[in-house]
Amino acid sequence: MFSDFMTNTWIVATLVAVVAGVVGFFVVVRRAAFAAHVLPLGAFPGAAAASLLGVSELAGIVVFSGLGVLGISQLQRWDRREVATALWLAVALALGTLFLSMTREYSQGLYALLFGEVLGVSSRAIVPVAVLSSIAIAMTALLFRPLLLDSLSPELAEAAGAASRWLELAFLAVLALATATALPVVGALMVFSLMVGPASAARMFSDRPGTALALTIGLSLATVWGSIALSYLSDWPVGFFVGTLAGLSYAAGRVTGVTGEGR
Amino acid sequence: MSLLEFIFPPGFLANGPVHTALIVGAGAAIVSAVVGVFTVLRGQSFAGHALADVSSAGGSAAFLLGINPLLGFLGVAALAAGGMEWADVRDARERDLVTGVMLGVGLGLTALLLYLDTLRGSTSGAAIAVLFGSMFTIPASIVPLALAVAGAALVAIGAIYRPLLLSSLSADLAQAQGAGVRRTGLVHALALALAVSLAAMTVGAILSTALLIGPAAAALRLADRPGRALAWAVLIGWAATWGGILLAYDSFYWTPGHGWPVSFFIVMLIFIAYLLAGLVGRWLTPRSLERPA
Repeated sequence: MFSDFMTNTWIVATLVAVVAGVVGFFVVVRRAAFAAHVLPLGAFPGAAAASLLGVSELAGIVVFSGLGVLGISQLQRWDRREVATALWLAVALALGTLFLSMTREYSQGLYALLFGEVLGVSSRAIVPVAVLSSIAIAMTALLFRPLLLDSLSPELAEAAGAASRWLELAFLAVLALATATALPVVGALMVFSLMVGPASAARMFSDRPGTALALTIGLSLATVWGSIALSYLSDWPVGFFVGTLAGLSYAAGRVTGVTGEGR
Repeated sequence: MSLLEFIFPPGFLANGPVHTALIVGAGAAIVSAVVGVFTVLRGQSFAGHALADVSSAGGSAAFLLGINPLLGFLGVAALAAGGMEWADVRDARERDLVTGVMLGVGLGLTALLLYLDTLRGSTSGAAIAVLFGSMFTIPASIVPLALAVAGAALVAIGAIYRPLLLSSLSADLAQAQGAGVRRTGLVHALALALAVSLAAMTVGAILSTALLIGPAAAALRLADRPGRALAWAVLIGWAATWGGILLAYDSFYWTPGHGWPVSFFIVMLIFIAYLLAGLVGRWLTPRSLERPA
């Protein structure tokens, strides 16, 4: 499990867990679980398109995450938030089925792309993931106060001079970046689970944003490391463990939480 | 080649799998459209999508056990819908999280079941069929069951039409009038489960959201009365599904030996209808039933 070829996996997984924890904290505060589900899933056609064109998979994912941000925020001007999100999901996945039908060999890669693949992360893959993670964390740090204020009290944030619409756009952009780093490891279908599970448990134990954020990152690391270890030992898909551990963290938070949230 | 023959290529109307696809597809589209209008009005689009995804665990279990896939989708969707309604979370943020966590657990289970599927020798075909649908490979023997499911969902919605509409538009008002809000919610959730599993089997679990939300969202931009919105939703969903099947069949002639996926055409037609509905709706009704939140 700790042999040489797994070293890269552990490094990438750690980056992924930290980014997912930071972004997941805001996903929970902003009630954005649906968007956190749709952006990664809507980015997976990008990976399929990239394999069709013979370009890097990560580039395809980044492009389609960006399209997702623009698509969702444009549709939001016409319809309510979750309808806009659902419509973008439908359009992106329709393109995905089209790309998939054009390549025969790709359907083998489909499963890994949807449910995650922890083995065989190459050294060259580490650098782009590290760069994207740093940008995502830096953006969150910059936006930390206005985002938190806007999530807790939109009127107050508006008064402080932060426009809700731009903040939503910036938040979606951070979410898209986090998606691009996490997708190849955890899988398009499971990225949001990693964001929602730890953060939803952490807020049960502390009302203070800083403490809750630290707890979220800790739980996220535990979830990712645990899932990879279990997946390595059992050969079962990493997505199964991520989903189950996220569900268990939420349940544990509900049962033992001290802050009274969610009661 | 005449124009008619160009649109309806030879063999289209006499083809067995096409017949089955047309019948089951129409059933799925109509039921999804009707249930979808209420789902959008109630602000439960995420729950509707989550149900479809979670039901894919049932679909993959059915593949593993070799039983009727519709039964697999249906069983798990009904269980999840009942569970979600039973949890009865009022707070919007908590509902978002419960839905999300449940979705994660369900998808994790799907991952495991599909993986066990591949161990038993089947290829990635199961994953594609469960997640992206397989319109032209629906067995004809499923038709009676599919129609029964569609009928049951429509009857359920019809039986609670007035209280459902009231509680969808204003839960507080419905509560004040003593219209059993919880019972209505439960029946709607079960109808949603029926609609979603039917759609999941035809266009696939992750695309069934298009049939559920797309026509309803388009219709609500067009009509300002519930009855009309329902009629528009049914019309759009049905037309997009049959149009998609026809285009997919035609596409075998555009690119020889390789057909384009049905789901792609259906979703694109629905999305075009949504965009057009926005243009027409703005011109037709200055004030619409649906307001962006």
